[in-house]
Amino acid sequence: MERDDIIEYGLQAGHSEEQGRLIRKKIYFVTVLLSVVTAIEVLLGVFWMDLFPGSWHWVKWVFIMLTLVKATYIVMTFMHLGDEQRNFRSMILIPYGIFLMYIVYILIWEATYVHWVQKIFL
Amino acid sequence: MSGEASNTLSPAVVWGGGRSPLHTSYGKIMLWFFLVSDALTFTGLLTAYGFARHALSPGMVWPIGEEVFNSFPGLSGSYPLMYVALMTFILIMSSVTMVLAVEAGHRMDKKGVVKWLFLTVVGGFFFLGSQAFEWAHFIHGSHARVTLADGRTAYLAENPHHGHAIDPATFTMTLGAPRSADVLQGPEAYALYQSAVSVVSGANMTENEYGPTSYANFFFFITGFHGFHVTTGVILNIVVLTMAIKGVFHRRGHYEMVEKAGLYWHFVDLVWVFVFTFFYLI
Repeated sequence: MERDDIIEYGLQAGHSEEQGRLIRKKIYFVTVLLSVVTAIEVLLGVFWMDLFPGSWHWVKWVFIMLTLVKATYIVMTFMHLGDEQRNFRSMILIPYGIFLMYIVYILIWEATYVHWVQKIFL
Repeated sequence: MSGEASNTLSPAVVWGGGRSPLHTSYGKIMLWFFLVSDALTFTGLLTAYGFARHALSPGMVWPIGEEVFNSFPGLSGSYPLMYVALMTFILIMSSVTMVLAVEAGHRMDKKGVVKWLFLTVVGGFFFLGSQAFEWAHFIHGSHARVTLADGRTAYLAENPHHGHAIDPATFTMTLGAPRSADVLQGPEAYALYQSAVSVVSGANMTENEYGPTSYANFFFFITGFHGFHVTTGVILNIVVLTMAIKGVFHRRGHYEMVEKAGLYWHFVDLVWVFVFTFFYLI
């Protein structure tokens, strides 16, 4: 019987003790980075309004950028997408990216419209 | 994987030809496609949240995460976002132990895989427990919103615990916002409270003390759906851990199943990173 879980082609995933050490070093680096970024986000969330009253909309962009940094490291290092072939990486990221841009555009455009209609006519 | 195709096509260009066109196994590619579709689901949910918030009717105020989620189990007082940050940290740590399990699998180190996978499962349970506390606290609430007979809005200093009666002598409300400086106290305040038009305490599907109804509904749906993913992930991890302990992967010659479970688990962590930002921080 043909079985799916037996890999007949060369599995690229195995690595030696020496390579493992380097990979673990990278994992620990990303761990520290993710923790530090999360800590920065929480501190900004707690203290921003005391430091810069009335400018909450600015810190939102900082949050989004820091989140994208975290997401990049999780996807590229932890999920090993950075180690995959470039065409596979594009296959995953580009369709999702296009859809994401579209839906964010719809979100901002339409929500602004709904908000202003209510503001003007209600 | 070598099906009919390998009989008619050149072996060099098909899956059964000794190499994968993408240098990745079929299972991993399909899991990635599933993750993309699941990511679109969460994108839809968070976008809907953003829409509801951005299109908010004039005069309504969307709650601020730092003010809603500011309690820490076992401690009184205000610790804004500390508990959620701890939850995030737990999930990131369990993601790290997962990637270490994958790394150990690449070296065919069965002991390492079992150790790190076990820690991943423990982290998953810790996260689920934290989320249960978070939900319980959110549903119980901390500053019930009171609409007084004269139209003003007041907030209780502290919600009474289940089954505890309110003592009029120490009864305290603040006007305008939770913990504001405008304090009403004592039996007179209690009389106002008793003649109030409505008291909304905690959160349910139709009303909540924090803000618009949709706020609590989005909280329940988004964190609930994510919690469902974590639960699924923990179950998957337990299955893979059991198989690793029994030596199934060692006999198979590769630990790719750990990688696949890991991909799903990291995805759960990735979603939480976005939920944390868009629901709690912004």
